[in-house]
Amino acid sequence: MDTDFAKRRRRDLIVAFCLAAIAAVVPLFVKDSYVQNIMVLTLMWAALSQSWNILSGYCGQISLGHALYFGIGAYTTTLLFTKFGVLPWFGMLGGGLISAVIAMGLGYPCFRLRGHYFAIATIVIAEIGLLLFHNWDWAGAALGIEIPVRGDSWLKFQFARSKLPYFYFALALACVAWFVTWWLEDSKWGYWWRAVKDNPDAAESLGVVVFNSKMGAAAVSAFLVAVGGSFYAQFVSYIDPESIMGFHISLLMALPAVLGGIGTLWGPMLGAVILIPVTELTRSYAGGSGRGVDLIVYGGLIIAISLARPQGLVSLFTPRRKEATR
Amino acid sequence: MTAETIIQSLASGLLMGLLYGLIAVGLALIFGLMDVVNFAHGEFLMIAMYASFFLFAFFAIDPLLAAPLVAAALFVFGAVVYLLIVRFAVRAKANAGMVQIFSTFGLAIVMRGVAQFFFTPDYRSVTHSWLGGKTISIGGIFLPQPQLIGAAVAMAAFGGLYFFINRTDFGRALEATREDAGAVALVGIDKNRVFALGWGLGAALVGLAGAIMSIFFYIYPDVGASFALIAYVTVALGGFGSVFGAFAGGIIVGLVEATTALILPPSLKSVGIYAVYLLVVFVRPRGLFGSM
Repeated sequence: MDTDFAKRRRRDLIVAFCLAAIAAVVPLFVKDSYVQNIMVLTLMWAALSQSWNILSGYCGQISLGHALYFGIGAYTTTLLFTKFGVLPWFGMLGGGLISAVIAMGLGYPCFRLRGHYFAIATIVIAEIGLLLFHNWDWAGAALGIEIPVRGDSWLKFQFARSKLPYFYFALALACVAWFVTWWLEDSKWGYWWRAVKDNPDAAESLGVVVFNSKMGAAAVSAFLVAVGGSFYAQFVSYIDPESIMGFHISLLMALPAVLGGIGTLWGPMLGAVILIPVTELTRSYAGGSGRGVDLIVYGGLIIAISLARPQGLVSLFTPRRKEATR
Repeated sequence: MTAETIIQSLASGLLMGLLYGLIAVGLALIFGLMDVVNFAHGEFLMIAMYASFFLFAFFAIDPLLAAPLVAAALFVFGAVVYLLIVRFAVRAKANAGMVQIFSTFGLAIVMRGVAQFFFTPDYRSVTHSWLGGKTISIGGIFLPQPQLIGAAVAMAAFGGLYFFINRTDFGRALEATREDAGAVALVGIDKNRVFALGWGLGAALVGLAGAIMSIFFYIYPDVGASFALIAYVTVALGGFGSVFGAFAGGIIVGLVEATTALILPPSLKSVGIYAVYLLVVFVRPRGLFGSM
C-alpha cells in the first residue's frame, strides 16, 4: 500500500513534468493571440483553483470568499506600483504575505464555524472587502485603477506586445501551485487535512491539532491566490472592485476543482482545462445576444458532476487511484 | 439628524425587516427540515419577481392579486427541485459537503443564465400597480404602502406558518421528520413526500415575498444575489432552521440596515448588517435562536 502510494507520487511528478514541458512548447506553434489569451486564463484559473483546493478540497473547509485574497493581491501590487513605484515582484510577495496574514486573522473566528456556516461567513467577509474597496477613494473606489504602461520589461512585469511572458508566468504559477499541493499531500499537513475533512472530532481525538491545521491550509491557500491576483492585475492592467473581488471570482476559483475532483491533485487542473476554454468559447460564439449561455453550460456541468460524480472527472481516468488515496 | 428622521428610518427599516424575514423563512424551514442550505434561494426570489412581472405585463394582473398564483407556482417549482436535484444530492457518499453546496449552486447559476438568455439583462419594473409609489402618513411619519402591505403579508405568513406547523397533520409530520427522518418511516410517513412538500412550502414563501417585492424593486437576472446574501445572514443570525429565528433575524437586519444608512454613506449600508452577523456568529455560532 505504502509503496503503491510512493509509486503513484513519483509517476505524478513525472507526468506533471512532461505536461509542463509540452505546455511550454505549445505557444511557440500556436501564435493566435485569442487562443494564447485563453491559454493564459486557463493556466491562471488552474493555479487559482489548485490553491483554493488546498483549503477547500484537502482540508474540507469550503470557502466561497477567496475573491478577497485575489483582490488583495491585485490591489497590493497595483497600489504599490502606481502610488510608490514599487516593482510588481515585491507587490506580489507583499500581497501574498498580507493575504496569508489576513486569512489567519479571519480564520481565527471563522474556523469555529462548520460546513454551511463557514461557507456563508466567507461569502459575507469577501462581500465586506468588496464594499470597502468600493468606497476607498485612495484606491480608486468604484472606478478602479488603470496601470500605466511603462514599457516591456520583466522587471516591471509589463508586456504590451507579446502574450508569451504572461503565458510562461501563468504556467510557472500553475506548476508551483501543483507542486506545493503534491508536496503537501504526503506531508504531515496533508494527512492532517484529510483527517480534518473526513471527521474533525475523530481527528482531534487522535491528536491532530485541527485548528492549527486549518490555519496552515488557509495561509498557504490565500498566499498563492493573492499571487494569482497580482498576476491578473498585471495581465489585464486595469482593476476595479467588481471585476477583481466580485463573487464570481470566488465561484470561478471553486468550479474547476469541483468539476475535476475536489481534494485531488489533478482535479483543479483537469477542471480548468475543460471549463475555461468551454466558457470562453461559448461566450464568444454565443456573442452578445446569447448572454447567459455560458452560465447555463457551467451551471449544468456543476449540477451533473455534483449528482453523478462527486469525486470529479479525475475519477473517470484513474478508477484505482480512489482506493489509494482513501 | 432629528428625532423624526430617526423614527422615520427605523419605521421603514422595520417594514423592510419583516420582508427580509419573509424572504428568509423558506430557507430556514428547509434547513430545519433536512440540514440543507438552498444556495439557489435568491434565484427562487428572482423567478418569483419575473413571474409577477409577466403576469402584470401580459395579463394586467396586479402583483397583489398575483401573489397567491406566484406562490402556488413556486410551490410546484420547489417540490420539483427537491425531487430532481436535492433528493439525489443528499444521498451523496463522497464529498457530501461539497455536493450539498454545489448542486444548488449549479442550479442558481443555470437559473441566472436562463433568465439572462430569455429575459435579457435589462432592468424591468412593474410600472403602475395599485400601491406602487404611494405612501401613507401616520402621525407625521411617511410609510410606503407597498412595504406596509409587504410587512402585513409577512406577519400573516408567519402566523399562518406557526399555525400550520403546530396544528396540522402535515405540520406534525414535518416536525417529526425534522427530528428523526429515519424513524418517521416506521409510522408510515413517506420521508420524500414530506421533504418535497417542505421544499414546496419554502419556495412558496419566497414566491410570496417575490411578488410583493416586484411592486417596488427592479427586476433583473442577478436581483436574487444581493437578497440571497441578506437571507443567509438573516437565517444565520436567527439560528439556522428556526422559523422564529428568521422572523426575529429579519427584523434585526432591517433595523441594523436602517441605522447604518443613517451613519454611513448609503453604499455601505450592508456593511452594518454583515458586521452584526459576523459578531453574532463568532460569539454564538448557532445564531440567536438556533438549537442544535
